[in-house]
Amino acid sequence: MRDTKQNGLSASLEASKEELESLSEIAHQIRRDIVAMIQSAKTGHLGPSLSCVEILVSLYFDRMNHTPKDPGWSDRDRLVLCKGHAAPTLYATLAHAGYFDQEVLLSLRKTGSILQGHPTRVTPGVDVSTGSLGQGLSVANGIALAARLDGKSYRVFALTGDGECDEGQIWEAAMTASHLGLSNVTVIIDRNGVQSDDATERIKKKEPLDRKWRSFGWQVLEIDGHNFMQIHHSFDVAEWTTDRPTVIIARTVKGKGLSFLEGDANSHNIAFSEEDLDWAMDELGQPEPET
Amino acid sequence: MHFIGVRMPSLRKELGKVLVELGKEYKNLVVITGDLGKSTGVSAFEAFAERYFNLGISEQDIVGTAAGLASAGKIPVVSTYAVFLAGRAWEQIRNTVARDSLNVKMIATHSGISPSADGSSHQCFEDIALIRTIPRTTLVLPADLSEMRHTVRSAVEEAGPFYVRLGRGEIPRIFDETDEFQIGKARRISDGSDVGIVAAGFLLQEAIEAGSLLQKDRIRASIVDMHTVKPADASAVADIARRTGAIVTVEDHNILGGLGSTVAEIVCRDKPVPIEMVGIHDRFGESGELRELMEIHGLTAKHIADAAKRVMKLKDSLD
Repeated sequence: MRDTKQNGLSASLEASKEELESLSEIAHQIRRDIVAMIQSAKTGHLGPSLSCVEILVSLYFDRMNHTPKDPGWSDRDRLVLCKGHAAPTLYATLAHAGYFDQEVLLSLRKTGSILQGHPTRVTPGVDVSTGSLGQGLSVANGIALAARLDGKSYRVFALTGDGECDEGQIWEAAMTASHLGLSNVTVIIDRNGVQSDDATERIKKKEPLDRKWRSFGWQVLEIDGHNFMQIHHSFDVAEWTTDRPTVIIARTVKGKGLSFLEGDANSHNIAFSEEDLDWAMDELGQPEPET
Repeated sequence: MHFIGVRMPSLRKELGKVLVELGKEYKNLVVITGDLGKSTGVSAFEAFAERYFNLGISEQDIVGTAAGLASAGKIPVVSTYAVFLAGRAWEQIRNTVARDSLNVKMIATHSGISPSADGSSHQCFEDIALIRTIPRTTLVLPADLSEMRHTVRSAVEEAGPFYVRLGRGEIPRIFDETDEFQIGKARRISDGSDVGIVAAGFLLQEAIEAGSLLQKDRIRASIVDMHTVKPADASAVADIARRTGAIVTVEDHNILGGLGSTVAEIVCRDKPVPIEMVGIHDRFGESGELRELMEIHGLTAKHIADAAKRVMKLKDSLD
C-alpha cells in the first residue's frame, strides 16, 4: 500500500479474525452464486465478475453505510458499478445483503427479470444504471457534489475496470474530481490485467497507472484486491483523506477462484459447459483459507 | 402577437436572466457548463456561486456529472452548444440520463445555422434526429423569447430529461408572455384551409411572414407552431392535415429525422396528405452571414411560400 502513514493504520489492523472469516465465507458463497447464475443464463461475464468479489463484499459487508430494507435512504453511501458487466457479482452481493431474495438470482438476463444483463435501477439497491464503460465516474462525482451541497457526509464509491481506463471520459471525470476536491469519492480499479480481447498492456498500455492518477491530483493506493485486510485499510485511508479523491488500484486475478480460468483473456464473456460447471462447483466446494 | 422586425433581445442575456429567476425559486437548481458559460449566457448563474459549475471542455463528463446530481435530488441545467451536447454526449444522454429518466435539463444553444460565421463544425443540423430517438426525453424548440422563458421554466418544473434547442445571438419576440403555452401542445397561429405550415424554432417568424406573402396571392394558410417536437402533438398535426390537405414543414435542421419527419410520421398514419419539407437538405453547413445562409439553404419566407404553392399543386394533382 502506498501513500499511507504507518501509524495511522494501526487502530484498524485489529479487525477480528472472525470478521475476516465471515467475509471470506460470504465471498465464497457469492462465487458459487455467480457461477450458477451465469450457467443458468448461459451467458455473462464470468472472469471480470470473479475478480471483484472481495471488493464488493468488503463494500457491502464491511464498509458502506446502507440499509437494505430502505434502499432509498437519503444518507446511504452509494456505489456506482462503472464496470457494469460485473452485474452478477453486484446482484449476488445485494441478495446476500438482503435487498431481495436470493432465489431471484437465477433469473439473471431472462425476460422480465429484475436482474438485467447490466445494472439498471429496476434492481433494489442499484442507484445508477450502467453498462456502457467510462460513464460511471462522472455520475459518482455528481452524487458526491450533491452530498457536498447538501452538507451530507455520505461517501460515493466507483468500481471501474482497468480496460475501462481506455475511455477518455474517465480522465475527464478524474480531472473534475480532483479539481473540485471531491474527497468523498473513492475509485476502485479492478486491475485484473485482462480486457475483452487480450491483456490490457497489449491492447492499450495502462502503465504507469498509478502515476497517471497521481498526476491527475488523486491519492493513489495499491493493494491486493483479494485481501480483505488490505481492502479494509485502503478504505480507511481514503476516508481519512479530506483534500483529494482516492483511487485504489486493486490487483486482482481475472476468473479468481477457478484455477482453469484464472488470468485467461477468454474468460471475459463465456458460459460453462455442463462439465465445466461440475468442475467449477467442485473447485468452489470448500471455502478458501484467508491468506 | 408582436410585430416582426423590431429590435430583438439578446438570447444569452435573456437565458441568463430566466435561470437566475429560477435559481431564486429553486434552491436545488444547479447550472453546469463546459467552458461556454459566457457564450451561452448561463454564466449569469454565477450569482449563485456555490451552484454554478464550469467543468471545462468535457461534454461527456458534464452530462454524467449532471446525471449524478439529478440522481441525488438536484435539478441540473446543462448548457453548451448543440453540436457538442447532442453530438458528443449523445450516448451519455441515452445511457446515463434518459434510461434512468433523470431530471437533467439540457439547454443547447448555437443550433442549426445560427453560428453562421463559425461554419460547418459548429452548425448542428442533426440534434433533433438524435434526441427524439431517445425514449423519455422531451424536446422543445422555442420560437421566441416568451417561449424560451416558458420552456426553461417548464423544464425545471416538470420531471424528466429535457432538451431545449436554442440558437445564438438574438431571439425574436412573437408572442406575449401571457399567451397560453403548454409543453406538448402546438399553437395555432392562423386558420386557413388552402395549405398548412408547421414550423418550429427561429424559422417560425419566417413561416409567419410566408403566411403574409401567400395572403397577397389569396392563399390562406394554417400556421402551426410546433414548439414541442417530442412528445409531438399528433392531434394538432392530423387536424391541420384534415383541414388543408397539404402541408409544408419548416425547420433549421436536416429534413432527415427532424420536424418534417416527425410530421410525416403522424400524417402518413392519421391523414395522408402531401408534404413539402423546408429545411437543410442533407448537407453540412458553411460560413457566412445568417441571411445569406438562409438564402443558400432555402429557409426564407419566400422559400416557404414557394413550397406552399408546390404542395398545393401536388394536392390538386391528387384530387
